[in-house]
Amino acid sequence: MKSSVIIFPGSNCDRDMDVALKKFGFKNQMIWHNDTDIPKSDLIVLPGGFSYGDYLRCGSIAAKSKIIKSVINFANSGGLVLGICNGFQILIETGLLPGALLTNKYLKFICKNVFVKLNNKESKYFNNIKKNVLELHIAHNEGNYFCTDDELKSLDDNDQVAVKYCSKSGEVNENFNPNGSLKNIAGIFNKNKNILGMMPHPERVIDQSLSSDDGSFFFKNLIENLK
Amino acid sequence: MKIKVIITLKEGVLDPQGKAIQQTLNSMNFPQVKSVRQGKYFDIEVNETDEAKAKEKVEDMCKKLLANLVIENYKIL
Repeated sequence: MKSSVIIFPGSNCDRDMDVALKKFGFKNQMIWHNDTDIPKSDLIVLPGGFSYGDYLRCGSIAAKSKIIKSVINFANSGGLVLGICNGFQILIETGLLPGALLTNKYLKFICKNVFVKLNNKESKYFNNIKKNVLELHIAHNEGNYFCTDDELKSLDDNDQVAVKYCSKSGEVNENFNPNGSLKNIAGIFNKNKNILGMMPHPERVIDQSLSSDDGSFFFKNLIENLK
Repeated sequence: MKIKVIITLKEGVLDPQGKAIQQTLNSMNFPQVKSVRQGKYFDIEVNETDEAKAKEKVEDMCKKLLANLVIENYKIL
């Protein structure tokens, strides 16, 4: 299975993602943002980081980069596109996913492990994961998910909320909301569920020596689905 | 020709930075400050002599890049 990780100036989780994808069997290639074509891939990943220094709004400049047209075409033709953290912000700025990611409610850069509840296990990203709650890592300053009431209704109606911040046992409420996100939303799909954007980093927790290996479930499931 | 643009957060969108500025002002003995909303200001030099045309272009820029219309409003001055 082939994957492509796009590198923007300021991406800093691109190599972690490369390591994670390869560990679980992907043949991964790194693609520079100034390229226009993406070699044949089963999965495209927009990694975390601070593309273009977060200038203007996080992800806004990367969303206009040369490579993005190919990413949008791939996504619109049903290809799997995964955006983690800054990658999620970029997907939002391209318009592939609805809403906005605002500054964290308490103005702090948050860097810690959190639990997320798998809210929709129908997609290729989560379908055969036995666990309902994963321990993943977050590291962001602008992860406060926001959208209009109409958009929220549409997200719910179409089962587009992918993961929600929760307690270890899967309780979803304000006490377990690290950044002020609407309805504890940590990640969302597009309507077709081939595009996933989420703030938590599965690639940072793929080995017990990294405080959790719950990210392994995510990557194992993904590659099994693509075989 | 220079066109000035102000981008502000829409009403109802949380502005934690504005809130922090307001609280700091209150603590600096400005108790009269009830709320602060922070925005962005752009000075855009456009190679255009017709003001209407220049503003039309800038409006397009606001929609396509400068503002995120989900959370922000733009105003061309």
